[in-house]
Amino acid sequence: MYSQGLNGQNLDVNETPEFLAAFQARIDADEKIEPNDPMPAAYRKTLIRQIGQHAHSEIVGMLPEANWITRAPTLRRKTALLAKVQDEGGHGLYLYSAAETLGVSREAMTEELLSGKAKYSSIFNYPTLSWADMGAIGWLVDGAAIMNQVPLCRCSYGPYARAMIRVCKEESFHQRQGYELMISLCNGTAAQKAMAQDSLNRWWWPSLMMFGPSDSDSQHSDQSTAWKIKRFTNDELRQKFVDATVKQADHLGLSIPDPDLVWNETKNDGQGGYDFGDIDWDEFWKVVKGHGPMNKDRIAARKQAWEEGAWVREAALAYAEKQKQQTAQQVTA
Amino acid sequence: MTDTAQTPLWEVFIRPRNGLAHRHCGSLHAADATMALQAARDVYTRREEGQSIWVIPSSEIVASDPNDKETFFDPAGDKIYRHPTFYDIPDDVGHM
Amino acid sequence: MDVANANVDIPNQASLISQLIRLGDDHLVLGHRLSEWCGHAPMLEEDLAMPNIALDLLGQARALYTYAGSLENKGRDEDAIAYNRLEHEYTNLLICERPNGDFAHTMLRQLFFSCFMHQYWQQALSSTDENIAAIAGKAVKESDYHVRHTAQWVIRLGDGTDESAQRSLDAVQQLAPYVNELFETDDIAAACAVNKVLPGPSSIEAGWNVQMSDILEQAKLPMPEYQMGQSGGRQGRHTESMGYLLAELQFLQRSYPNMQW
Repeated sequence: MYSQGLNGQNLDVNETPEFLAAFQARIDADEKIEPNDPMPAAYRKTLIRQIGQHAHSEIVGMLPEANWITRAPTLRRKTALLAKVQDEGGHGLYLYSAAETLGVSREAMTEELLSGKAKYSSIFNYPTLSWADMGAIGWLVDGAAIMNQVPLCRCSYGPYARAMIRVCKEESFHQRQGYELMISLCNGTAAQKAMAQDSLNRWWWPSLMMFGPSDSDSQHSDQSTAWKIKRFTNDELRQKFVDATVKQADHLGLSIPDPDLVWNETKNDGQGGYDFGDIDWDEFWKVVKGHGPMNKDRIAARKQAWEEGAWVREAALAYAEKQKQQTAQQVTA
Repeated sequence: MTDTAQTPLWEVFIRPRNGLAHRHCGSLHAADATMALQAARDVYTRREEGQSIWVIPSSEIVASDPNDKETFFDPAGDKIYRHPTFYDIPDDVGHM
Repeated sequence: MDVANANVDIPNQASLISQLIRLGDDHLVLGHRLSEWCGHAPMLEEDLAMPNIALDLLGQARALYTYAGSLENKGRDEDAIAYNRLEHEYTNLLICERPNGDFAHTMLRQLFFSCFMHQYWQQALSSTDENIAAIAGKAVKESDYHVRHTAQWVIRLGDGTDESAQRSLDAVQQLAPYVNELFETDDIAAACAVNKVLPGPSSIEAGWNVQMSDILEQAKLPMPEYQMGQSGGRQGRHTESMGYLLAELQFLQRSYPNMQW
């Protein structure tokens, strides 16, 4: 969250073994890395990729929920949903800002999203088909996101950690509003409860996929962990999520769509935890590679907003330029 | 489309309440100062976080070079006589 | 004239309820339109700015409906009024239901409305009805900001590039027919103005013109020629787009009637 070009940031670092060892020593000592600090190119690149993906996920993530703002069933629900989707835009903005401190512009990141080069969370490539999906997304998707995000508040890169602290603080209402929405459906009529169950059925597995590939298949994990960009593995976080969510579903009187879900008291070093069924990784990769139900629609919507907004951004710049010139003329006159 | 033209980046500083200093809280993009100030209000004070906002073009900030860290900051390290604990005062004198 | 005298007058009470619902409808319907932008704004910063305005409008609608419901005393809460009526029972200004169009159109529509409402709420601060004065106390600050934000955009778009200037000019022409209705003062509105319970809309016209010509001059745009304008919103006669708006707004309440959400 500082200028991308503070002091003419020199991105070239001579990555001698001594430099790399000293950098790792700083990380190991829990020192934060700040924008102008010399850093290995791979550290910078990893962060740009991860923060960029995270920002894109927030921005694309506005769309499935924005789909229901105009149809929200009460004014209270409508204002809560609108404020929540707005927050997601804010989170994308904080994260783009954090990435910009690494020397990449928001425009460049946006281009990468629109061209399909940059990825975002696969969960947002599923459609929101009922009002209950607003509850399930808040409860499950934001719940999973919080599991992922809380450790990032301690990430080694200062601007990312600071952005995440702000995000987590704001996001605390998101999961609660989703769960509260589910409660009112589950306490409602049979039709409402069926709507809630159907929504859980559709969002459960994609939510588990949000934690990313299994540790054995994750290409980025080891180095990111050493750099303290990542603090827990995908599978650790996924397990934590399942363990926390099952009793929340019980409380709602909803059943999790997994016949293999069973309590296993030997899990988590004897504290107990749930065994759960196999994730359909073919579906996961299919969606990640752009073939989910909504991939094309989501990108098309972002592209349309960006392209149709071009004349607005240009006009604002043109006006600012005119004002600058007028001020300059007044000074010389 | 001229997407090569980039909307400038601004740094945002917010005073949470009177009596406290403005504190850096993030950045944003805006074409000019008026819009930057409004965007800062809309982005960074949605939960009553502010009583006053400063926005500054990021390009106008002059920062010290991390490579100067030793020259700039290490010399202050051994000036322990600047700190109150350097001086011995008998306990029975009370708080001073 | 004191509050008690204004409120025991039964015809005035009915007028007041109608007028509060009209105002509530304005804010609900325009807030609905603005929220359609969510996730699709020209820049991320504006994706935060527009929902802020929409949330203010929805908050005002809720306050107005709630007060109308309490005066009416028939057990209707904010949602019963907001969701459970037929199209001809909605009495918002037509300008509020006009489709968003492009960003220039949306900003100018908001400016026309907010400039009116800001002056309206300023007058309502000294309402003889303390509930209305309280609603105005909050709304006057919010609408002040709506005017500022949208005026800045209208100026930038009007005096930006050739394309933005043309789009802004188009917006002035497209919205001009819906300006006159802002100031219309029928019997219901007049009845509310008698005891200074609510401002008479016609009393805002001069001030609106002063402020708008100042802003539009800076934007290098002409004033809208609105004297031959459209009318009917206050009587529940809408434009073609209203039915679609209500189809969305009421979708769940119509599909699943009488449920708690």
